[in-house]
Amino acid sequence: MIQILFYLSSGLFLGWSLGANDAANIFGTAVGTKMVRFYTAAIICSIFVLLGAVISGAGASHTLGKLGAINTMSGAFIVALAAAFTVTWMTKAGLPVSTSQAIVGAILGWNFFSGTHTDISALTKIVGTWVFSPVLSALFAFLFFHIIKFILDNSKIHLIRLDSLTRFGLILAGIFGSYSLGANNIANVMGVFVQSSPFKDLNLGSIFNFSGVQQLFLLGGIAIAIGIFTYSRKVMMTVGSRIFKLSPISALVVVLASSTVLFLFASQGLKDILISHGLPSFPLVPVSSSQAVVGAIIGISLAKGGKNVNFRILGKISIGWVATPVASAIIAYVALFFMQNVFMQDVFIK
Amino acid sequence: MNGLFSRTKDLQASMDGFIDRVEKAGLIFFEGLKAYFSGKMERFEEYTIELTELESKADAVRRDIKYKLYTHMLIPESRGDVLGVLETLDDVIDITEKVLEHFSIETPDIPEFLREDFLDLAELSYKSVEELAKASRAFFTELKLVNNYVNKVHFYEHEADKLEKILKRKIFNSEKIKDFSKRVHLRYFAEKIAFLSDEAESVAERLAIYAIKRRI
Repeated sequence: MIQILFYLSSGLFLGWSLGANDAANIFGTAVGTKMVRFYTAAIICSIFVLLGAVISGAGASHTLGKLGAINTMSGAFIVALAAAFTVTWMTKAGLPVSTSQAIVGAILGWNFFSGTHTDISALTKIVGTWVFSPVLSALFAFLFFHIIKFILDNSKIHLIRLDSLTRFGLILAGIFGSYSLGANNIANVMGVFVQSSPFKDLNLGSIFNFSGVQQLFLLGGIAIAIGIFTYSRKVMMTVGSRIFKLSPISALVVVLASSTVLFLFASQGLKDILISHGLPSFPLVPVSSSQAVVGAIIGISLAKGGKNVNFRILGKISIGWVATPVASAIIAYVALFFMQNVFMQDVFIK
Repeated sequence: MNGLFSRTKDLQASMDGFIDRVEKAGLIFFEGLKAYFSGKMERFEEYTIELTELESKADAVRRDIKYKLYTHMLIPESRGDVLGVLETLDDVIDITEKVLEHFSIETPDIPEFLREDFLDLAELSYKSVEELAKASRAFFTELKLVNNYVNKVHFYEHEADKLEKILKRKIFNSEKIKDFSKRVHLRYFAEKIAFLSDEAESVAERLAIYAIKRRI
């Protein structure tokens, strides 16, 4: 048990860091502008991240599994550790870093080290999604902004009533956002452990089946929740001034748009519906919630006339698409070497 | 959530009620002066008392709104602006009350040939308050209309300004008024009446800015 927890610790750390940072993407403005209390936000966010992870987390992590099926616990430990290290390091350097990109880089590092063939089609699907997700988020934000503006312009809602409706909306959007975050991003936290997970399926009666993967995701979800409670308040209080100050209604648009994107790239159910109607479906890929948020903010700026769009931030994001996975792959490769040759652990099985 | 909505309904009603009082204060101000200029002193005094009562009630409502906004943590983003608007609207009510009070205490003798101008000036000031009340309602419910009403406030203030100058020239150029002290006294009342429209304009300008801030 201690050994399992030790190996999982790097993934749990990634989960903690995800909770600390990404909860602010969902509830940052709501809490920062005092529209929603921090503890209300933290409780809602934790519950729905957990539900999203356990119920809908499998899709995106399946795609990561196709990229590289890491088949030992010690290998998965190093891969997650390399990703965690890259995220921490690049955050300190002030770069908009994404856990998704770090973990993919680290998996590639493992593939190189173990001599496993990298599934190019899975890789292009993932990288394509990274580029596509902020663009899609901007589109949604543009659309939602105009819809909400149309409603506000044409309904005489009193400021006070609007205030309660906005709070209600921020909480609903937060629920959706938290669920989507859990569903989409649990793959980053626990995806690499799926192959080597020691957890067995639990059958409670004939109806309730709690699979080993779901147990793993539950653990990851708890780590995210701890991150939310212990550290996200600080990030939430600064999130407004970090990018730029959003009004509560703009924040609602941003959360809705970015959460829709995360949901689209995580929902197996939606994918099945689209396929059954012969429509193009979205690949299930973990994407960066921070980059979806930046996309949504740009979408709002464009909807407002596009005067204040900081296109330099787009440049920074695209650097991240390359720099983060490369750095993470190199770190993973070096760390795997030490794990195998200094600590004498099997980091892969041929 | 239901509790939140019922609580906000009360507050919404208080705010609407407060703006109604501003409008009513303008109306009583005008009707009171009309009574004064036509020598109906008894009716004038009734209006003065009515306005004093309205002013103290409005004060209480404003304090209640302020208290509720802070204790229920409502509209955190625009709370400061809303309180600013309510406080300056309260100043407008204060001015209407003070003007009638001064008329009541000092009972200035308005010469026949100036009465029409005084009455017109009072009407322009009243109209600026009326439009200000509409602008304030729009600020809470229909932002896009705020500017229309603010422009009307500007218009009436400008007209009041012009008439005030004309009136003051008439006061000082006329041979009919013998005492210098009487001229100064009349000028003082012309300025007091016109001051109401100035105050309405400054509140309207605040509203225009807050409306821009409130756009999403």
